[in-house]
Amino acid sequence: MSFTNEQLERYSRHIILKEIGAKGQKKLLNAKVLIIGAGGLGAPTAMYLAAAGVGTIGIADADEVDLSNLQRQIIHATKDLGKPKVQSAKETMNDLNPDVQVNTYHTFMTSENIREIIRDYDFVIDGTDNFPAKFLINDACVMEKKPFSHAGIIRFKGQLMTYVPGEGPCYRCVFKDPPPKDAVPTCKQAGVVGAMGGVIGSLQAMEAIKYIVGKGQLLTGYLLTYDALTMEFRKIKLPHNTENCPVCGTHPTITQLIDYEQAECDGAL
Amino acid sequence: MSEYNIDERVDITDVVCPTTFVKAKVALEELDEGQILSIKMNDGEPVQNVPRSIKEEGHQILKLLDNSDGTYELIVRKVGDD
Repeated sequence: MSFTNEQLERYSRHIILKEIGAKGQKKLLNAKVLIIGAGGLGAPTAMYLAAAGVGTIGIADADEVDLSNLQRQIIHATKDLGKPKVQSAKETMNDLNPDVQVNTYHTFMTSENIREIIRDYDFVIDGTDNFPAKFLINDACVMEKKPFSHAGIIRFKGQLMTYVPGEGPCYRCVFKDPPPKDAVPTCKQAGVVGAMGGVIGSLQAMEAIKYIVGKGQLLTGYLLTYDALTMEFRKIKLPHNTENCPVCGTHPTITQLIDYEQAECDGAL
Repeated sequence: MSEYNIDERVDITDVVCPTTFVKAKVALEELDEGQILSIKMNDGEPVQNVPRSIKEEGHQILKLLDNSDGTYELIVRKVGDD
């Protein structure tokens, strides 16, 4: 595949970089990334990956655009109210970059459909807003041997980590099980600063880009936390003992996906 | 007197800065180490900047030929295998 003059110009700032170059840009154009959740995290992630020329982007979300989403979900606009989020997200991505093939999944991810959907992709972004979905994505990615970026945001705080099969702990190694229902407030109840999705979602996009071009160090084996009020980033080393993990350990006890009860956020993330 | 054989040619007269350098860089990336690229460029900004940028990338400039029609041919040997 060779670049058109238009592509050379569009991706010139990438191609000039020694770590990306023409080879890295071709990897991006050939890459397939699935973004689960077209909300606060998924919006900036999807926009940066589309702008970067990730050739195939899947976007999954069952919700429609609501007025309360627009404070942070910058891929959607006021004119999109009522539209399926995946449709609105696809339109924005294609406006940004017609090179990108966008696949939409206007559905909830469940134990029934997730493995089949993620199988077609090279990297998965968890941009969801609830614990059942986060554990489902983790377990499915472990079972399908797919790398993924986990993230969560609430109030003035955010966190993320990256799972790469065989290269470090998974989300369940660290967090074991979902908290009891209602033990943790959803962001609808607790609130979240809109720009937090921009900070953490952009970091997820960065992890996906580095994974695709194969340069730099990923957040495998680390949890990065961000507190906007104190302006502190902390990079916390995670235990590498994956032997006892019930899903990615050497003797897994979770071999089927689990649909935990949803204490969902009504699409607030 | 031909002290080199040109393996590949690229014409960057149809683009402007910074795509001139980007197009040349992409053509160089596709060559093997030691191969020779001839880059056709316009007088003015390209001929001032592109040879310098290519040199900074570590490649070897062999010759700059004036085509006497407002364009130049820059002959470059690729160094490194990136």
